[in-house]
Amino acid sequence: MKFGVVVFPGSNCDQDAYYAVRDVLKQPVEYIWHQDNDLKGSDCVILPGGFSYGDYLRTGAVARFSPVMEAVQQHAAKGGYVIGICNGFQILCEAHLLPGALVANTGLKFICKYVNLRPENLNTPWTHKCNEGQALRIPIAHQGGNYTCDPETLQQIEDNGQVILRYCDERGVVSAEANPNGSLNNIAGIINEKGNVAGMMPHPERAVEKILGSDDGVAILRSVIEWAG
Amino acid sequence: MAKVKVYVTLKPTLLDAQGRVVMTALENLGHTNVENVRIGKYIEVEVADNGRNINEQMDEICRNLLSNPVIENYRYEVTE
Repeated sequence: MKFGVVVFPGSNCDQDAYYAVRDVLKQPVEYIWHQDNDLKGSDCVILPGGFSYGDYLRTGAVARFSPVMEAVQQHAAKGGYVIGICNGFQILCEAHLLPGALVANTGLKFICKYVNLRPENLNTPWTHKCNEGQALRIPIAHQGGNYTCDPETLQQIEDNGQVILRYCDERGVVSAEANPNGSLNNIAGIINEKGNVAGMMPHPERAVEKILGSDDGVAILRSVIEWAG
Repeated sequence: MAKVKVYVTLKPTLLDAQGRVVMTALENLGHTNVENVRIGKYIEVEVADNGRNINEQMDEICRNLLSNPVIENYRYEVTE
């Protein structure tokens, strides 16, 4: 599967994503500059973490209008795979490729630490390599990861199985104490209705080798490769 | 040339964590009768006349970029 990692001005996890795909997953990968409108034949596009356009106005608000996003919209509409990680998730929400929005953490602090995540729906391109009841140990690093949406949308995404990851404790139990940022229903990651577009605040690309603390992020990235065959 | 003052505020249903912190600080300063603080954005936009209806254009600008309708409300005042 060919991956493309989009580089916005202010992206800072682009190289981590590139490394995870090329060196750990052994898949072809190219950078895609935000001014390009060609995805270079990518099957899966990664919108990486960072502070695109300095987070001016709102996180992701300006990146959403980059020329590359036109191509990402078309790719997604054709069923192509797209995953937004952290700032990438914020951009996908701003671009209306995913429902809801991400607002300031309730504690207002930038939080950088490992969290535990419970994969919720294992029948998706992003989670089918995960195990039921498993708690994935993956780091977060954000100040605006508090997922919110209106009650109707929340009901809809819950009923459709669009919530794919929830913050939990190390035993996989979802609780208020395990919620680092105030996200509704402990939501850490969601997909669109078709499932080809995913967004998550935690960083799977930073958890791909045991020597760095955890390789639980591999399951997420490996899922999409095997799902697509 | 129209000068437009745009106000963007978090929807009332959303917790405004910043506003809450400021309110606590005000209480600590002795302003115990302050009952609520909400923090928003104030944006000044200058628009040259190009024949297009200014309200229509400002609505488009506010909806597409200056606010996120999922979490925010906007209003604006057009002054010359």
